[in-house]
Amino acid sequence: MNTIIDQYQTVSLEKVNFWFKVSPVNVFPINGGLCVKYKDKQIAVFNFSSQNKWYACQNLCPHKMEMVLSRGMLGDDKGIPKVACPMHKKTFSLESGENLNGNLSAIATYPVKIEDNFVYIGFSE
Amino acid sequence: METIIVVGNGMVGYKFCEKLVARPEAKNYKILVFGEEVRPAYDRVHLSEYFENGDASSLALSSRDWYVNNGIELITNERVVDIQREIKQIVTENIGSYQYDHLVLATGSSPFVPPINGVDKKGVFVYRTIEDLDGMLSFAAAIKKENKNPKAAVLGGGLLGLEAGKAVMDMGLEPHIIEFAPKLMPRQLDHRSSNVLQHKLESMGIKIHLNKATRKILGNGAITGMDFSDDSDLNVDMLVISAGIRPRDELAKSCGLLIGERGGILVDNDMRTSDPHILAIGEVALLNGMIYGLVAPGYDMAGVAVEQILGSADSKMESQIDMSTKLKLIGVDVASFGEPFMPASKGHSIVFENKTKGLYKRINVSHDGKTLLGGILVGDASDYNMLHQIYLNGLPLPENVEELILGSSKGEKTAMGVLQLPDTAQVCSCENVSKGDICSSLKEGNCSDLKDVVALTKATTGCGGCKPMVVDLVNESLKAMGQSVKEVICEHFQQSRQDLFHIIKIKKLRSFEEVVKSCGQGEGCETCKPLVASIFASLYNDTANEEYVIQDTNDRFLANIQRNGTYSVVPRIPGGEITPEKLIVIGEVGKKYNLYTKITGGQRIDLFGASLNDLPAIWKELIDAGFESGHAYGKSLRTVKSCVGSTWCRYGMDESVSFAIELEDRYKGLRSPHKIKGGVSGCIRECAEARGKDFGLIAVEGGWNLYIAGNGGATPKHAQLLAEQIDNKTVIKYLDRFLMYYIRTAAPLMRTSVWLEKLEGGLDYLKEVVINDSLAIAEELEKEMESLVLAYQCEWKQAIENESFKNRFKHFVNSEEKDDNLIFVPMREQTMPKQWA
Repeated sequence: MNTIIDQYQTVSLEKVNFWFKVSPVNVFPINGGLCVKYKDKQIAVFNFSSQNKWYACQNLCPHKMEMVLSRGMLGDDKGIPKVACPMHKKTFSLESGENLNGNLSAIATYPVKIEDNFVYIGFSE
Repeated sequence: METIIVVGNGMVGYKFCEKLVARPEAKNYKILVFGEEVRPAYDRVHLSEYFENGDASSLALSSRDWYVNNGIELITNERVVDIQREIKQIVTENIGSYQYDHLVLATGSSPFVPPINGVDKKGVFVYRTIEDLDGMLSFAAAIKKENKNPKAAVLGGGLLGLEAGKAVMDMGLEPHIIEFAPKLMPRQLDHRSSNVLQHKLESMGIKIHLNKATRKILGNGAITGMDFSDDSDLNVDMLVISAGIRPRDELAKSCGLLIGERGGILVDNDMRTSDPHILAIGEVALLNGMIYGLVAPGYDMAGVAVEQILGSADSKMESQIDMSTKLKLIGVDVASFGEPFMPASKGHSIVFENKTKGLYKRINVSHDGKTLLGGILVGDASDYNMLHQIYLNGLPLPENVEELILGSSKGEKTAMGVLQLPDTAQVCSCENVSKGDICSSLKEGNCSDLKDVVALTKATTGCGGCKPMVVDLVNESLKAMGQSVKEVICEHFQQSRQDLFHIIKIKKLRSFEEVVKSCGQGEGCETCKPLVASIFASLYNDTANEEYVIQDTNDRFLANIQRNGTYSVVPRIPGGEITPEKLIVIGEVGKKYNLYTKITGGQRIDLFGASLNDLPAIWKELIDAGFESGHAYGKSLRTVKSCVGSTWCRYGMDESVSFAIELEDRYKGLRSPHKIKGGVSGCIRECAEARGKDFGLIAVEGGWNLYIAGNGGATPKHAQLLAEQIDNKTVIKYLDRFLMYYIRTAAPLMRTSVWLEKLEGGLDYLKEVVINDSLAIAEELEKEMESLVLAYQCEWKQAIENESFKNRFKHFVNSEEKDDNLIFVPMREQTMPKQWA
């Protein structure tokens, strides 16, 4: 079981050595997310339009190991942007990946950039 | 730097760590913890919940990260095998030896297995760890395959035995409890209360055998039965032994620490053993000649041990240790406090017993009537917290002491107010939080609501039994401070749902952004967004397609998310009436998309296991065949269940199916604070179970009887009679008014039954509003409902016809593939998702 979660490690902006081109910006819902397939990985990408920001994290919820976070709801917890897992409403910071309402291990986050109206996710490999 | 080694990572061992690292001095110590089990400490008190949800991680007291972040090295799955006291060193089974300055033994206990011939047979289990439970589960699954009506016995009718009884019952085995004593729970209950409990449990299908000494366990290899000393026997396929505990003192014994005659490491009230560098806490410690098998005293011992190690020699265990307990056994409240079995020489008892209702209450009062000495509660323990406080704090008793358990003759309880408690009253015994701690946190401005109080004091986070009292204390304290206790939605909206409903209606707000800008703050969250969506739906009959990112997940994808992230599909089958042609369509769709099919409780068919990508295609086929969304995913009208009525039934008084279909078609798609279910029965035999619904109709001579505000589920409630012998038109008129009034005023996720309970004036008031129009809003309510009925659209039809929704139902934005993480396993002749690890 650990192997699947071990695939996901946070990538900081300075470590990015490859930008994966996903799709045009307008494919994404306003204030919502979608899941991106990159090799064997599933990455959740969120268009946090009300703050004009984009976030990416693992699609795997560490609680029950299901690929569902991209279907979660966006919001904030005292100003920290977060996503709530659709399964059991576990919430995670989109910035640090930290579990905000429990003791689950943090989720991996990835840098996102927008260029020429295209969404890119940053990987380090 | 000194080293503290903790042997044992159970509940008390964990509490020791928690209390230790809460102290700033802790960083001057190296802390090492050894656990013999694979997992870090988990909540054994709620072990039986594992059967309900199969989720071991939800029992965990903390994650491994917590230990790391607090500078604790946790080594699990490793047994400590020796203590070399002369060189202050421990030796573990596989790794090696470690030096300590302070050693804390929290090795707990193991189940006592009596020396009965045959206890080593297959199918005999003990009940202590998650691994024990897993073993029982897989064995139970195996015997269920071979035997249609398998039986399991539990040896021991004490507290743990009854818990184990529930566990085997939840596994689908016929439960038998075998007790040596002439009564259940001999240590906590007197004869009469034990009788009441027995009666109640037997009515739930649990077989109870008292006065039974087991002579032999029968069977060749695996257990087949039990043989008792009175020459009777019992055929069983599984046995769980729960006959008490034995302290795990073998380590202490082998290194020569003083041990009690019947086991347990001797400790003084400073928790130190006969070697001052070694402390023992929890169920392994023998204090005052007793082993304390409850969590609260164990937690207190952990606190004393922390203080002792950090240098305050004055910290000691109290000489009187409170053994009061309150728990829910198989759904039955059981509590005992103080001296439950007080002898007549010390005082009088006041006893109330109602065996038909499964109720027993006893309080023991001193001869002069001034002091509460103890008591027992079975069936309803709602008075426990207050009685326990009166007992602990020696509070003065009211003139008519019986009012404490019976209520005053005026019909309401004299219930002494929580604010009358002294500040020293211990409200939460698990976390040792006093009334003073809670009140001063509010008065001094450190906390402003219940959530703050819980976060600061940790009250209610242990067993949770004190929750009602803490809630009362917080509310009463805030009231006393002149603050009205306001129901707020979440950090983004300082209003109640009802207030927000009115604001949105008056300002005609149409999007979440408008609402948050107009009267909220921040970005919203998983609480307020679906709530605003539900209000939009109630005001404008917006379908869930309107602003789907603020919808709860099921509404967002118009399907019910299941355990593995796939969805279930439920087409509407109004009144449960369906043609053979339509049945065939459902069958074909199920076959084509490889779905698990099951008939629901609401007379329709649920198709499970649809991947997100397949949902639009599945619905296209269903809609082409004339189906509509069943809204099984929404907080909205689900079904109106019916019996076949006078159409076929020789007893039927009216056409219940026709009326059920009419009502279901009228209210379909109606969004509400919680789900709504209806039922229509053609006669008083009530085959549609209409009185278990939010609204129910029963055909009688001269019309329909209309019942409202019932439900099944966790707290079943029969619907109550709103109007008698009314015609179809009047039914619809009253229902429009009732439902709309509920939608306008209920709190989020509040079913009609709870709403009615909280409605001031109750059913009589509601009758005034709905039937006599006392608020002069009836016309308005009817109009609002009419506009919602007219605005109905099938949201699945909308969804598949709108090209822009295409990406919503794809698992990957950049690939047509489905989620490759899904694993299905066979289940009888269909498939189901693989079990969670």
